[in-house]
Amino acid sequence: MRHIYLDNAATTPMVAPVIKTMTETMSNVFGNASSTHFHGRQARAILDDSRHLIARSINAKKDDEIVFTSGGTESDNTAIIETALARQSEGKHLVTTAIEHEAVLKSMKYLESLGFEVTYLPVDQRGLIRLTDLKNALRPDTILVSVMTGNNEVGSRMPIHEIGELVEQTTAWFHTDAVQAYGLIDLDVQADKIDLLSTSAHKLNGPKFLGFLYRSEKVKIPSLLKGGDQELKRRAGTENIPAIAGFAKAVELVNVDEKKIRQKKYYEFKQQIVKGLQMAGIEFEVNGEIIKNNLQHVINIWFKGCKRDALLTNLDLNGISASAGSACTAGSVEPSHVLTAMYGANSPRIEESLRFSFGVENTVEDIDYLIAQLTKIIKKSRGNS
Amino acid sequence: MKDNSQIRVVVGMSGGVDSSVVAYLLKKQGYDVVGVFMKNWDDTNDSGVCTATEDYEDVAKVANKIGVPYYSVNFEKEYWDGVFKYFLDEYQNGRTPNPDVMCNKEVKFKAFLDYAMKLDADYIAMGHYAQVRRDTEGHVHLLRGADANKDQTYFLSQLSQEQLDKAMFPIGNLEKPEVRRIAEEAGLATAKKKDSTGVCFIGERNFSKFLNEFLPAKSGKMKTFAGEIKGEHYGLMNYTIGQRKGLGIGGDGQSNDPWFVVGKDLSTNTLYVGQGYHNEHLYADSLDGSKISFIAPIEERGLEFHCTAKFRYRQKDTGVTVFLNEDYTKVRVEFDEPVRAITPGQEVVFYDGAECLGSATIDCAYQKEKVLQYV
Repeated sequence: MRHIYLDNAATTPMVAPVIKTMTETMSNVFGNASSTHFHGRQARAILDDSRHLIARSINAKKDDEIVFTSGGTESDNTAIIETALARQSEGKHLVTTAIEHEAVLKSMKYLESLGFEVTYLPVDQRGLIRLTDLKNALRPDTILVSVMTGNNEVGSRMPIHEIGELVEQTTAWFHTDAVQAYGLIDLDVQADKIDLLSTSAHKLNGPKFLGFLYRSEKVKIPSLLKGGDQELKRRAGTENIPAIAGFAKAVELVNVDEKKIRQKKYYEFKQQIVKGLQMAGIEFEVNGEIIKNNLQHVINIWFKGCKRDALLTNLDLNGISASAGSACTAGSVEPSHVLTAMYGANSPRIEESLRFSFGVENTVEDIDYLIAQLTKIIKKSRGNS
Repeated sequence: MKDNSQIRVVVGMSGGVDSSVVAYLLKKQGYDVVGVFMKNWDDTNDSGVCTATEDYEDVAKVANKIGVPYYSVNFEKEYWDGVFKYFLDEYQNGRTPNPDVMCNKEVKFKAFLDYAMKLDADYIAMGHYAQVRRDTEGHVHLLRGADANKDQTYFLSQLSQEQLDKAMFPIGNLEKPEVRRIAEEAGLATAKKKDSTGVCFIGERNFSKFLNEFLPAKSGKMKTFAGEIKGEHYGLMNYTIGQRKGLGIGGDGQSNDPWFVVGKDLSTNTLYVGQGYHNEHLYADSLDGSKISFIAPIEERGLEFHCTAKFRYRQKDTGVTVFLNEDYTKVRVEFDEPVRAITPGQEVVFYDGAECLGSATIDCAYQKEKVLQYV
């Protein structure tokens, strides 16, 4: 059977140049980058080169502003929890949005349990916050504003530049979870006045269990993990040099032109799906909106009257891997907090929507196959009921 | 003939040893097997742990081991509406419901069956100890499982032809030790897993405590039929006919015999107790039932026939005569010999030899034409 992967917002396959870089590094370099001997220096050189390349990719002022972590979750946890703990004498209020990733939301919940106060900004049906809401939420005791760059379920892109300018006028720091956006759109931490930025390598065809946290010079927070003095005391634990080299390679591959090419290609996939389903006479609505400005790798569709678990299972049995939000530990799909925030807890969309997310390996033929399978499954399920 | 690989069987995998072996056997026979775990109850506790997790983990381990895809489907709403509401209603009416019978009727052989059909299933398969046989006229008959100790036809007795038509019970011809042996030989993670006990949504919790979370308990008097007050009960729903445990009365009556629940009166909120396991109030010779369901057509037996019956799960059969009304909405069942602790809300299940004919829900028990005060 043909197997098509359309869940790239969950993770992406590693691409050949990344695998080559990693296996070569693994074969040749094993030293601990903190060691002062030959083997240590060998590792350190790769670490420094990778850090430099990655710092350039987001226009960081200095290479040292990049701290390698185990991924998006650790980056988010560090940015939020350590900022709150470090700044609690200045204030105990944080602002975020209702549609952040769990790594952000659960960090916030944890802080609430410690006595911090968190404002969750609502979103509209496009998946966007209103700047006036943010303005109204900011207080003298606000120490951190955490707003994602782009959403992982509907692809909406927050007004990061405007948020950065707003927050800059306060004493709060600005954190953005760029896990979905990094590698797809240009990010400029200086222009956008970003103090903290989280990424993950495996969302852009790099290795899993790796990411970085950008922390601007002014941000002074300790390591979330307690241990050695690696990463200039900012992140304890021996660096995974082959994975870091692979991450740098993955970042190098998505240069300015490549990002444009991908955004365009995925935007066209969305158009193809919408047209294809319309032609097939399928009743559906896109959750959020399809506009040029959004993250194009994600499309979220409401298939009216079709339960998502049956759709997903049928797609999988027909060789298509897609998603409907996060699974609970007993395997069934949890109601999406993103769709709930956009459409309300009683919206049928929550039970009847699927997310498809594209990657560099997807082709027009894959999308045609998806449309054909969806059409078959939905027509049959509507015929039955 | 279709090759087995062209026949899709959706297996209800619970994470127990029985359904694990079902999936294993069908896969070995070359069927296109799809495993589906049903999440019927949201029991996420305060620390956010949902206890269905362990069972689903076992489904994953077993399905991966035998090489079949597996999924999870959420039937919490269907279970709540179809089983749990009924369960509470019955308790509220002083009766003792059987949620497992209802779960088969409303969830496993309805919501799950529909779901499997959406997945292009040709059959569904379950780990019940029961067997099906198709006759020459195309009717499905339900037969007891080969393991007399484990036979689960009691719980399947309310199913219709349509519900059983697509059903396979691949371990129905096996005995439990054999099932465990197969699981062990195949290296299935569930080979030594303990059998689940009690009602699925209550699990290992204290039953009364659970029930009282949903139905406020109203305490009242505990009396003998002679009118002697023997103490307080803590809510009629917490007691079932014939129960001995938890009454807290010593043998201070006419004899040293232990005390048993022998009756209930909902209108006065009174629990009747009496002494001796064989207390006369516990013995009935006939009953009235409703919600009658026969698995295969029964017309040729007429409205009155003799067969055997069980009045609760794992009881020995008793000879009975069945008297049906014209439209099969009411049944009177007369027993060949008196039966202890007939419980309103439970099923009376009819058998003819190995065949399970169907069942009715017990409404009322009689002793020599006199109604026994059981609700």
